[in-house]
Amino acid sequence: MIWLDTIVQGLLLGGLYALFAAGLSLVFGIMRLVNLAHGDLIVFAAFLILVVVQMTGLNPFLGALIAAPLLFAFGWLVQRVVLNRVLGKDILPPLLVTFGLSIALQNGMLEVFSADSQRLRAGPLESASVDLGPVTVGIMPLLTFASAVMVIFALNQIFYRTALGRAFRATSDDPVTASLMGINPASVFAIATGLAMVTVTIAALFLGMRSNFDPSIGPARLIFAFEAVIIGGLGSLWGTLLGGAIIGVAQTVGAQINPEWQILAGHLAFLAVLLVRPRGLFPRAVD
Amino acid sequence: MLQTHALTASYGQFKALFGIDLHVAPGECVAIIGANGAGKTTLLRSISGVLRNAPGMVTHRGTPIGALSADAVLQRGIAMVPEGRKLFPSLTVEENLMIGGQVRRGDGRWTLDTVYALFPILRERRLSPGTALSGGQQQMVAIGRALMSNPEVLLCDEISLGLAPVVIRDIYAALPRIRETGAAVVIVEQDISRALSVADRVYCVMEGRVTLTGAPAGITRDAVHAAYFGNAA
Repeated sequence: MIWLDTIVQGLLLGGLYALFAAGLSLVFGIMRLVNLAHGDLIVFAAFLILVVVQMTGLNPFLGALIAAPLLFAFGWLVQRVVLNRVLGKDILPPLLVTFGLSIALQNGMLEVFSADSQRLRAGPLESASVDLGPVTVGIMPLLTFASAVMVIFALNQIFYRTALGRAFRATSDDPVTASLMGINPASVFAIATGLAMVTVTIAALFLGMRSNFDPSIGPARLIFAFEAVIIGGLGSLWGTLLGGAIIGVAQTVGAQINPEWQILAGHLAFLAVLLVRPRGLFPRAVD
Repeated sequence: MLQTHALTASYGQFKALFGIDLHVAPGECVAIIGANGAGKTTLLRSISGVLRNAPGMVTHRGTPIGALSADAVLQRGIAMVPEGRKLFPSLTVEENLMIGGQVRRGDGRWTLDTVYALFPILRERRLSPGTALSGGQQQMVAIGRALMSNPEVLLCDEISLGLAPVVIRDIYAALPRIRETGAAVVIVEQDISRALSVADRVYCVMEGRVTLTGAPAGITRDAVHAAYFGNAA
Protein backbone atom coordinates (compact mmCIF):
# COMPACT_ATOMS: atom_id res chain seq x y z
CA MET A 1 0.00 0.00 0.00
CA ILE A 2 2.88 2.36 0.73
CA TRP A 3 4.06 2.07 -2.88
CA LEU A 4 0.62 2.74 -4.30
CA ASP A 5 0.42 5.79 -2.08
CA THR A 6 3.87 6.90 -3.22
CA ILE A 7 2.93 6.61 -6.87
CA VAL A 8 -0.37 8.46 -6.42
CA GLN A 9 1.39 11.27 -4.54
CA GLY A 10 3.98 11.38 -7.32
CA LEU A 11 1.33 11.60 -10.01
CA LEU A 12 -0.34 14.48 -8.21
CA LEU A 13 2.99 16.23 -7.75
CA GLY A 14 3.47 15.74 -11.50
CA GLY A 15 0.42 17.94 -11.97
CA LEU A 16 2.34 20.85 -10.47
CA TYR A 17 5.30 20.20 -12.77
CA ALA A 18 2.97 19.99 -15.74
CA LEU A 19 1.55 23.37 -14.75
CA PHE A 20 5.10 24.75 -14.59
CA ALA A 21 5.75 23.30 -18.02
CA ALA A 22 2.53 24.13 -19.90
CA GLY A 23 3.49 27.71 -20.72
CA LEU A 24 7.01 26.72 -21.68
CA SER A 25 5.63 24.01 -23.97
CA LEU A 26 3.15 26.41 -25.56
CA VAL A 27 5.76 29.06 -26.29
CA PHE A 28 8.27 26.56 -27.57
CA GLY A 29 5.67 24.84 -29.73
CA ILE A 30 4.63 28.05 -31.44
CA MET A 31 7.81 30.08 -31.81
CA ARG A 32 10.68 27.68 -31.06
CA LEU A 33 11.65 29.95 -28.21
CA VAL A 34 13.16 28.43 -25.09
CA ASN A 35 12.26 30.90 -22.39
CA LEU A 36 14.98 30.67 -19.73
CA ALA A 37 13.09 33.19 -17.61
CA HIS A 38 10.07 30.90 -17.34
CA GLY A 39 10.80 29.81 -13.76
CA ASP A 40 11.37 33.38 -12.65
CA LEU A 41 8.15 34.42 -14.33
CA ILE A 42 6.33 31.80 -12.23
CA VAL A 43 7.87 33.26 -9.08
CA PHE A 44 7.08 36.78 -10.28
CA ALA A 45 3.45 35.71 -10.81
CA ALA A 46 3.37 34.24 -7.29
CA PHE A 47 4.55 37.55 -5.86
CA LEU A 48 1.97 39.43 -7.89
CA ILE A 49 -0.80 37.17 -6.53
CA LEU A 50 0.61 37.77 -3.03
CA VAL A 51 0.49 41.53 -3.53
CA VAL A 52 -3.11 41.33 -4.78
CA VAL A 53 -4.07 39.14 -1.83
CA GLN A 54 -2.40 41.49 0.66
CA MET A 55 -3.98 44.57 -0.88
CA THR A 56 -7.50 43.24 -1.23
CA GLY A 57 -7.74 40.58 1.46
CA LEU A 58 -9.13 38.14 -1.09
CA ASN A 59 -8.20 34.46 -1.02
CA PRO A 60 -5.38 33.36 -3.38
CA PHE A 61 -7.76 31.86 -5.95
CA LEU A 62 -9.55 35.16 -6.48
CA GLY A 63 -6.20 36.93 -6.27
CA ALA A 64 -4.96 34.81 -9.18
CA LEU A 65 -8.09 35.68 -11.12
CA ILE A 66 -7.14 39.35 -10.83
CA ALA A 67 -3.45 38.71 -11.52
CA ALA A 68 -4.08 36.62 -14.65
CA PRO A 69 -5.15 39.45 -17.00
CA LEU A 70 -2.33 41.65 -15.68
CA LEU A 71 0.17 38.89 -16.41
CA PHE A 72 -1.38 38.29 -19.84
CA ALA A 73 -0.73 41.96 -20.59
CA PHE A 74 2.78 41.71 -19.20
CA GLY A 75 3.58 38.69 -21.38
CA TRP A 76 2.07 40.37 -24.42
CA LEU A 77 4.20 43.46 -23.83
CA VAL A 78 7.45 41.56 -23.21
CA GLN A 79 6.92 39.62 -26.44
CA ARG A 80 6.05 42.74 -28.44
CA VAL A 81 8.78 44.99 -27.06
CA VAL A 82 11.63 42.57 -26.42
CA LEU A 83 11.34 39.01 -27.69
CA ASN A 84 9.88 39.64 -31.16
CA ARG A 85 12.93 41.73 -31.98
CA VAL A 86 15.31 38.82 -31.46
CA LEU A 87 13.31 35.92 -32.92
CA GLY A 88 14.77 34.67 -36.16
CA LYS A 89 16.66 31.85 -37.78
CA ASP A 90 19.36 31.99 -35.11
CA ILE A 91 18.12 30.56 -31.81
CA LEU A 92 20.97 32.04 -29.76
CA PRO A 93 19.83 35.71 -29.45
CA PRO A 94 16.41 34.90 -27.90
CA LEU A 95 18.09 32.41 -25.56
CA LEU A 96 20.50 35.09 -24.35
CA VAL A 97 17.76 37.68 -23.99
CA THR A 98 15.58 35.39 -21.87
CA PHE A 99 18.65 34.53 -19.77
CA GLY A 100 19.16 38.24 -19.20
CA LEU A 101 15.47 38.64 -18.42
CA SER A 102 15.79 35.86 -15.84
CA ILE A 103 18.62 37.63 -14.03
CA ALA A 104 16.89 41.00 -14.20
CA LEU A 105 13.67 39.49 -12.80
CA GLN A 106 15.45 37.73 -9.95
CA ASN A 107 17.31 40.86 -8.91
CA GLY A 108 14.29 43.07 -9.38
CA MET A 109 12.22 40.79 -7.13
CA LEU A 110 15.01 40.66 -4.57
CA GLU A 111 15.03 44.46 -4.51
CA VAL A 112 11.26 44.82 -4.20
CA PHE A 113 10.24 41.78 -2.15
CA SER A 114 13.53 41.01 -0.29
CA ALA A 115 14.91 37.48 0.10
CA ASP A 116 12.28 36.51 2.68
CA SER A 117 10.26 33.38 2.07
CA GLN A 118 6.60 34.00 1.34
CA ARG A 119 3.54 31.85 1.06
CA LEU A 120 -0.01 32.09 -0.26
CA ARG A 121 -2.36 31.09 2.54
CA ALA A 122 -5.35 29.01 1.52
CA GLY A 123 -6.71 28.36 5.00
CA PRO A 124 -8.20 24.97 5.96
CA LEU A 125 -7.95 23.80 2.35
CA GLU A 126 -4.19 23.39 2.82
CA SER A 127 -4.54 20.42 5.13
CA ALA A 128 -7.85 18.97 3.93
CA SER A 129 -7.74 15.47 2.50
CA VAL A 130 -10.06 12.92 0.99
CA ASP A 131 -10.14 9.17 1.52
CA LEU A 132 -10.06 7.29 -1.79
CA GLY A 133 -10.15 3.72 -0.49
CA PRO A 134 -6.60 2.41 -0.50
CA VAL A 135 -5.02 5.87 -0.42
CA THR A 136 -5.73 9.19 1.20
CA VAL A 137 -4.87 12.25 -0.86
CA GLY A 138 -4.71 15.91 -0.03
CA ILE A 139 -7.35 18.18 -1.55
CA MET A 140 -4.66 20.64 -2.63
CA PRO A 141 -2.55 18.12 -4.64
CA LEU A 142 -5.78 16.81 -6.16
CA LEU A 143 -6.82 20.33 -7.12
CA THR A 144 -3.36 20.97 -8.58
CA PHE A 145 -3.52 17.87 -10.73
CA ALA A 146 -7.08 18.61 -11.86
CA SER A 147 -6.01 22.14 -12.80
CA ALA A 148 -3.10 20.79 -14.81
CA VAL A 149 -5.43 18.48 -16.74
CA MET A 150 -7.85 21.34 -17.34
CA VAL A 151 -5.10 23.73 -18.46
CA ILE A 152 -3.67 21.18 -20.90
CA PHE A 153 -7.16 20.32 -22.14
CA ALA A 154 -8.05 23.99 -22.60
CA LEU A 155 -4.81 24.71 -24.45
CA ASN A 156 -5.46 21.73 -26.72
CA GLN A 157 -8.98 22.95 -27.45
CA ILE A 158 -7.62 26.38 -28.33
CA PHE A 159 -4.92 24.82 -30.47
CA TYR A 160 -7.10 22.46 -32.47
CA ARG A 161 -10.60 23.95 -32.36
CA THR A 162 -10.29 27.70 -32.75
CA ALA A 163 -9.22 30.18 -35.41
CA LEU A 164 -6.57 31.44 -33.00
CA GLY A 165 -5.18 27.92 -32.67
CA ARG A 166 -5.09 27.54 -36.45
CA ALA A 167 -3.13 30.77 -36.62
CA PHE A 168 -0.78 29.45 -33.91
CA ARG A 169 -0.10 26.26 -35.83
CA ALA A 170 0.23 27.96 -39.20
CA THR A 171 2.63 30.57 -37.84
CA SER A 172 4.63 27.85 -36.14
CA ASP A 173 4.87 25.94 -39.44
CA ASP A 174 5.87 28.88 -41.61
CA PRO A 175 5.63 32.52 -40.49
CA VAL A 176 6.24 33.95 -43.98
CA THR A 177 3.41 32.01 -45.61
CA ALA A 178 1.21 32.72 -42.58
CA SER A 179 1.72 36.43 -43.19
CA LEU A 180 0.55 35.90 -46.79
CA MET A 181 -2.70 34.61 -45.23
CA GLY A 182 -3.19 37.91 -43.43
CA ILE A 183 -1.71 36.73 -40.14
CA ASN A 184 0.67 39.06 -38.35
CA PRO A 185 3.24 36.70 -36.76
CA ALA A 186 4.42 39.32 -34.26
CA SER A 187 0.92 39.72 -32.87
CA VAL A 188 0.24 35.96 -32.86
CA PHE A 189 3.44 35.46 -30.85
CA ALA A 190 2.42 38.20 -28.41
CA ILE A 191 -0.96 36.53 -27.81
CA ALA A 192 0.78 33.17 -27.32
CA THR A 193 3.11 34.58 -24.69
CA GLY A 194 0.18 36.30 -23.01
CA LEU A 195 -1.64 32.97 -22.90
CA ALA A 196 1.48 31.28 -21.54
CA MET A 197 1.52 33.86 -18.75
CA VAL A 198 -2.06 32.90 -17.83
CA THR A 199 -0.89 29.29 -17.37
CA VAL A 200 2.07 30.67 -15.42
CA THR A 201 -0.41 32.42 -13.11
CA ILE A 202 -2.17 29.13 -12.39
CA ALA A 203 1.19 27.40 -11.81
CA ALA A 204 2.22 30.23 -9.47
CA LEU A 205 -1.03 29.93 -7.52
CA PHE A 206 -0.45 26.27 -6.71
CA LEU A 207 3.29 26.72 -6.18
CA GLY A 208 2.65 29.48 -3.66
CA MET A 209 -0.01 27.53 -1.77
CA ARG A 210 2.02 24.32 -1.69
CA SER A 211 5.34 25.63 -0.45
CA ASN A 212 7.34 28.71 0.41
CA PHE A 213 8.81 30.80 -2.36
CA ASP A 214 11.41 33.52 -2.61
CA PRO A 215 13.04 35.35 -5.54
CA SER A 216 15.79 32.74 -5.99
CA ILE A 217 13.75 29.59 -6.67
CA GLY A 218 12.86 30.29 -10.32
CA PRO A 219 15.72 28.44 -12.05
CA ALA A 220 14.94 25.16 -10.26
CA ARG A 221 11.27 25.42 -11.39
CA LEU A 222 12.55 26.02 -14.91
CA ILE A 223 14.55 22.79 -14.79
CA PHE A 224 11.50 20.74 -13.75
CA ALA A 225 9.38 22.42 -16.41
CA PHE A 226 12.05 21.93 -19.02
CA GLU A 227 12.44 18.24 -18.19
CA ALA A 228 8.67 17.71 -18.36
CA VAL A 229 8.54 19.33 -21.81
CA ILE A 230 11.49 17.32 -23.13
CA ILE A 231 10.20 14.00 -21.79
CA GLY A 232 6.80 14.61 -23.36
CA GLY A 233 8.26 15.60 -26.70
CA LEU A 234 8.82 19.21 -27.72
CA GLY A 235 5.53 20.90 -28.56
CA SER A 236 3.20 18.13 -27.39
CA LEU A 237 0.89 19.41 -24.65
CA TRP A 238 -0.44 16.04 -23.44
CA GLY A 239 3.14 14.81 -23.56
CA THR A 240 4.04 17.62 -21.21
CA LEU A 241 1.44 16.38 -18.70
CA LEU A 242 2.87 12.89 -18.93
CA GLY A 243 6.39 14.30 -18.57
CA GLY A 244 5.38 16.10 -15.40
CA ALA A 245 3.82 12.91 -14.04
CA ILE A 246 6.96 10.88 -14.78
CA ILE A 247 9.17 13.35 -12.94
CA GLY A 248 6.72 13.54 -10.03
CA VAL A 249 6.51 9.77 -9.64
CA ALA A 250 10.29 9.39 -9.98
CA GLN A 251 10.76 11.98 -7.24
CA THR A 252 8.36 10.44 -4.74
CA VAL A 253 9.66 6.93 -5.43
CA GLY A 254 13.23 8.22 -5.01
CA ALA A 255 12.28 9.95 -1.77
CA GLN A 256 10.65 6.75 -0.52
CA ILE A 257 13.91 4.88 -0.97
CA ASN A 258 16.00 7.64 0.55
CA PRO A 259 14.75 11.19 1.26
CA GLU A 260 17.94 12.67 -0.16
CA TRP A 261 17.26 11.09 -3.53
CA GLN A 262 14.05 12.94 -4.31
CA ILE A 263 15.36 15.58 -6.72
CA LEU A 264 18.10 13.36 -8.10
CA ALA A 265 15.62 10.60 -8.97
CA GLY A 266 13.60 13.06 -11.05
CA HIS A 267 16.67 14.08 -13.04
CA LEU A 268 17.69 10.43 -13.50
CA ALA A 269 14.26 9.60 -14.88
CA PHE A 270 14.67 12.48 -17.30
CA LEU A 271 18.06 11.16 -18.46
CA ALA A 272 16.69 7.63 -18.78
CA VAL A 273 13.88 8.80 -21.07
CA LEU A 274 16.32 10.84 -23.15
CA LEU A 275 18.53 7.79 -23.53
CA VAL A 276 15.69 5.69 -24.93
CA ARG A 277 13.70 8.39 -26.75
CA PRO A 278 15.97 11.35 -27.52
CA ARG A 279 13.06 13.28 -29.06
CA GLY A 280 10.73 12.62 -26.14
CA LEU A 281 7.71 10.36 -25.92
CA PHE A 282 5.44 12.23 -28.34
CA PRO A 283 7.64 14.18 -30.73
CA ARG A 284 5.93 16.34 -33.33
CA ALA A 285 5.92 14.92 -36.82
CA VAL A 286 7.28 18.11 -38.33
CA ASP A 287 10.24 19.82 -36.77
CA MET B 1 -5.45 49.07 -60.50
CA LEU B 2 -2.25 47.38 -59.32
CA GLN B 3 0.98 48.95 -60.48
CA THR B 4 4.70 48.82 -59.88
CA HIS B 5 6.80 51.90 -60.54
CA ALA B 6 10.50 51.41 -61.30
CA LEU B 7 10.44 48.59 -58.75
CA THR B 8 13.84 47.49 -57.54
CA ALA B 9 14.69 44.69 -55.13
CA SER B 10 17.84 43.15 -53.80
CA TYR B 11 18.98 40.38 -51.52
CA GLY B 12 21.86 41.92 -49.60
CA GLN B 13 24.48 42.93 -52.17
CA PHE B 14 22.74 41.10 -54.98
CA LYS B 15 20.33 43.23 -57.00
CA ALA B 16 17.49 41.11 -58.32
CA LEU B 17 15.19 43.69 -59.94
CA PHE B 18 16.22 46.82 -61.84
CA GLY B 19 13.25 49.12 -62.25
CA ILE B 20 10.22 47.06 -63.20
CA ASP B 21 7.06 48.83 -64.44
CA LEU B 22 4.04 46.57 -64.47
CA HIS B 23 0.33 47.18 -64.29
CA VAL B 24 -2.66 44.96 -63.84
CA ALA B 25 -6.18 46.09 -64.75
CA PRO B 26 -9.30 44.80 -62.94
CA GLY B 27 -10.24 41.30 -64.07
CA GLU B 28 -7.21 41.00 -66.31
CA CYS B 29 -5.00 37.91 -66.67
CA VAL B 30 -1.33 38.81 -66.82
CA ALA B 31 1.42 36.26 -67.34
CA ILE B 32 5.01 36.80 -66.30
CA ILE B 33 7.46 34.59 -68.12
CA GLY B 34 11.21 34.30 -67.99
CA ALA B 35 14.04 31.92 -67.31
CA ASN B 36 15.03 30.63 -63.88
CA GLY B 37 16.56 33.38 -61.80
CA ALA B 38 15.16 36.15 -64.00
CA GLY B 39 13.40 37.78 -61.05
CA LYS B 40 9.80 36.60 -61.51
CA THR B 41 9.42 35.26 -58.00
CA THR B 42 11.17 38.29 -56.53
CA LEU B 43 8.69 40.47 -58.40
CA LEU B 44 5.70 38.68 -56.87
CA ARG B 45 7.30 38.65 -53.43
CA SER B 46 7.83 42.41 -53.70
CA ILE B 47 4.20 43.02 -54.65
CA SER B 48 2.81 40.73 -51.96
CA GLY B 49 4.80 42.35 -49.17
CA VAL B 50 7.10 39.43 -48.37
CA LEU B 51 9.86 41.78 -49.52
CA ARG B 52 9.37 45.39 -48.46
CA ASN B 53 10.12 48.30 -50.77
CA ALA B 54 9.87 52.06 -50.87
CA PRO B 55 6.15 52.85 -50.43
CA GLY B 56 5.60 54.29 -53.90
CA MET B 57 7.19 51.43 -55.79
CA VAL B 58 3.93 49.47 -55.62
CA THR B 59 0.52 51.14 -55.75
CA HIS B 60 -2.96 49.71 -55.45
CA ARG B 61 -5.81 51.93 -56.66
CA GLY B 62 -3.41 54.84 -56.40
CA THR B 63 -2.43 54.14 -52.78
CA PRO B 64 1.21 53.31 -52.10
CA ILE B 65 1.51 49.79 -50.66
CA GLY B 66 5.17 49.02 -51.34
CA ALA B 67 6.21 49.29 -47.71
CA LEU B 68 3.29 47.33 -46.26
CA SER B 69 3.75 43.94 -44.63
CA ALA B 70 2.32 40.86 -46.31
CA ASP B 71 -0.68 40.66 -43.98
CA ALA B 72 -1.56 44.29 -44.71
CA VAL B 73 -1.24 43.72 -48.47
CA LEU B 74 -3.63 40.77 -48.23
CA GLN B 75 -6.16 42.95 -46.45
CA ARG B 76 -6.13 45.20 -49.51
CA GLY B 77 -7.25 42.28 -51.63
CA ILE B 78 -4.00 41.00 -53.07
CA ALA B 79 -3.56 37.29 -52.33
CA MET B 80 -0.67 35.05 -53.24
CA VAL B 81 -0.22 31.40 -54.13
CA PRO B 82 3.43 30.98 -53.19
CA GLU B 83 6.01 29.03 -55.14
CA GLY B 84 6.15 25.45 -53.88
CA ARG B 85 2.54 25.64 -52.59
CA LYS B 86 3.71 26.08 -48.98
CA LEU B 87 0.77 24.35 -47.34
CA PHE B 88 0.86 24.28 -43.55
CA PRO B 89 1.84 20.71 -42.57
CA SER B 90 0.17 20.95 -39.15
CA LEU B 91 -3.18 21.83 -40.71
CA THR B 92 -5.68 19.67 -42.56
CA VAL B 93 -6.77 20.56 -46.06
CA GLU B 94 -9.89 22.23 -44.70
CA GLU B 95 -7.94 24.12 -42.05
CA ASN B 96 -5.52 25.32 -44.71
CA LEU B 97 -8.49 26.68 -46.65
CA MET B 98 -10.03 28.21 -43.53
CA ILE B 99 -6.86 30.01 -42.62
CA GLY B 100 -6.94 31.62 -46.04
CA GLY B 101 -10.42 32.88 -45.20
CA GLN B 102 -9.50 34.32 -41.84
CA VAL B 103 -9.15 37.72 -43.49
CA ARG B 104 -12.12 38.13 -45.83
CA ARG B 105 -12.97 41.14 -47.90
CA GLY B 106 -16.73 41.56 -47.92
CA ASP B 107 -19.02 38.66 -48.70
CA GLY B 108 -17.45 37.63 -51.95
CA ARG B 109 -18.18 34.43 -53.72
CA TRP B 110 -15.44 32.23 -52.31
CA THR B 111 -16.34 29.96 -49.40
CA LEU B 112 -15.39 26.41 -48.48
CA ASP B 113 -18.31 25.20 -50.61
CA THR B 114 -17.40 27.14 -53.72
CA VAL B 115 -13.75 26.12 -53.44
CA TYR B 116 -14.84 22.48 -53.11
CA ALA B 117 -17.07 22.97 -56.14
CA LEU B 118 -14.07 24.30 -58.05
CA PHE B 119 -11.82 21.41 -56.96
CA PRO B 120 -14.14 18.52 -55.92
CA ILE B 121 -11.26 16.22 -54.96
CA LEU B 122 -10.44 18.54 -52.06
CA ARG B 123 -13.78 17.82 -50.41
CA GLU B 124 -12.89 14.13 -50.28
CA ARG B 125 -9.46 14.90 -48.85
CA ARG B 126 -10.54 17.71 -46.55
CA LEU B 127 -9.50 15.96 -43.32
CA SER B 128 -6.07 14.84 -44.58
CA PRO B 129 -2.97 16.79 -43.61
CA GLY B 130 -2.34 19.25 -46.43
CA THR B 131 1.08 17.85 -47.15
CA ALA B 132 -0.22 14.27 -47.56
CA LEU B 133 -1.75 15.24 -50.92
CA SER B 134 -0.21 14.90 -54.37
CA GLY B 135 1.54 17.93 -55.81
CA GLY B 136 -1.40 18.84 -58.00
CA GLN B 137 -3.90 18.54 -55.17
CA GLN B 138 -1.62 20.64 -53.00
CA GLN B 139 -1.60 23.31 -55.71
CA MET B 140 -5.40 23.23 -55.68
CA VAL B 141 -5.39 23.74 -51.92
CA ALA B 142 -2.92 26.60 -52.28
CA ILE B 143 -5.11 28.28 -54.90
CA GLY B 144 -8.27 27.67 -52.88
CA ARG B 145 -6.59 29.00 -49.75
CA ALA B 146 -5.70 32.24 -51.53
CA LEU B 147 -9.22 32.53 -53.01
CA MET B 148 -10.82 32.21 -49.56
CA SER B 149 -9.94 35.86 -48.85
CA ASN B 150 -11.98 36.89 -51.93
CA PRO B 151 -9.04 38.68 -53.50
CA GLU B 152 -9.19 41.38 -56.12
CA VAL B 153 -5.85 40.21 -57.47
CA LEU B 154 -4.60 36.64 -57.29
CA LEU B 155 -0.84 36.24 -57.66
CA CYS B 156 0.19 32.69 -58.63
CA ASP B 157 3.87 31.88 -58.47
CA GLU B 158 5.10 28.98 -60.64
CA ILE B 159 1.60 27.68 -61.00
CA SER B 160 2.54 24.52 -62.90
CA LEU B 161 6.11 23.86 -61.78
CA GLY B 162 6.76 20.18 -61.09
CA LEU B 163 3.23 19.06 -61.94
CA ALA B 164 2.15 16.37 -64.39
CA PRO B 165 0.66 17.69 -67.67
CA VAL B 166 -2.78 16.27 -66.94
CA VAL B 167 -2.80 18.04 -63.57
CA ILE B 168 -1.65 21.30 -65.13
CA ARG B 169 -4.60 21.04 -67.52
CA ASP B 170 -7.02 20.70 -64.58
CA ILE B 171 -5.54 23.70 -62.83
CA TYR B 172 -5.67 25.85 -65.93
CA ALA B 173 -9.26 24.73 -66.46
CA ALA B 174 -10.09 26.42 -63.16
CA LEU B 175 -8.66 29.77 -64.26
CA PRO B 176 -11.69 31.00 -66.24
CA ARG B 177 -13.97 30.18 -63.31
CA ILE B 178 -11.74 32.19 -61.01
CA ARG B 179 -11.78 35.10 -63.44
CA GLU B 180 -15.58 34.97 -63.67
CA THR B 181 -15.63 36.39 -60.13
CA GLY B 182 -13.92 39.50 -61.41
CA ALA B 183 -10.55 38.78 -59.85
CA ALA B 184 -7.46 39.73 -61.79
CA VAL B 185 -4.94 36.91 -62.06
CA VAL B 186 -1.18 37.24 -62.35
CA ILE B 187 0.60 33.99 -63.14
CA VAL B 188 4.29 33.29 -63.19
CA GLU B 189 4.82 30.54 -65.71
CA GLN B 190 7.80 28.82 -67.31
CA ASP B 191 5.65 27.18 -69.95
CA ILE B 192 5.55 29.95 -72.56
CA SER B 193 2.89 28.53 -74.84
CA ARG B 194 0.62 27.84 -71.90
CA ALA B 195 1.13 31.40 -70.66
CA LEU B 196 0.46 32.93 -74.07
CA SER B 197 -2.74 30.92 -74.46
CA VAL B 198 -4.43 32.18 -71.28
CA ALA B 199 -3.05 35.65 -70.70
CA ASP B 200 -4.46 38.99 -71.83
CA ARG B 201 -0.99 40.44 -71.58
CA VAL B 202 2.47 39.01 -71.10
CA TYR B 203 5.59 40.39 -69.48
CA CYS B 204 8.88 38.70 -70.17
CA VAL B 205 11.52 39.28 -67.49
CA MET B 206 15.23 38.72 -67.95
CA GLU B 207 17.93 39.49 -65.41
CA GLY B 208 15.66 41.73 -63.40
CA ARG B 209 14.34 43.80 -66.29
CA VAL B 210 11.23 43.63 -68.45
CA THR B 211 12.42 42.73 -71.92
CA LEU B 212 9.10 42.30 -73.66
CA THR B 213 5.49 43.17 -73.00
CA GLY B 214 2.25 43.07 -74.91
CA ALA B 215 -0.80 41.05 -75.86
CA PRO B 216 -0.06 37.46 -76.92
CA ALA B 217 -1.51 38.06 -80.38
CA GLY B 218 1.09 40.69 -81.15
CA ILE B 219 4.07 38.72 -79.94
CA THR B 220 6.07 36.58 -82.33
CA ARG B 221 7.97 33.48 -81.42
CA ASP B 222 11.26 35.15 -82.29
CA ALA B 223 10.50 38.12 -80.09
CA VAL B 224 9.81 35.85 -77.14
CA HIS B 225 12.99 33.93 -77.86
CA ALA B 226 15.06 37.10 -77.88
CA ALA B 227 13.38 38.44 -74.72
CA TYR B 228 13.77 35.15 -72.91
CA PHE B 229 17.37 34.37 -73.69
CA GLY B 230 18.79 37.76 -74.65
CA ASN B 231 20.08 38.80 -78.07
CA ALA B 232 23.10 36.53 -77.92
CA ALA B 233 20.92 33.43 -78.13
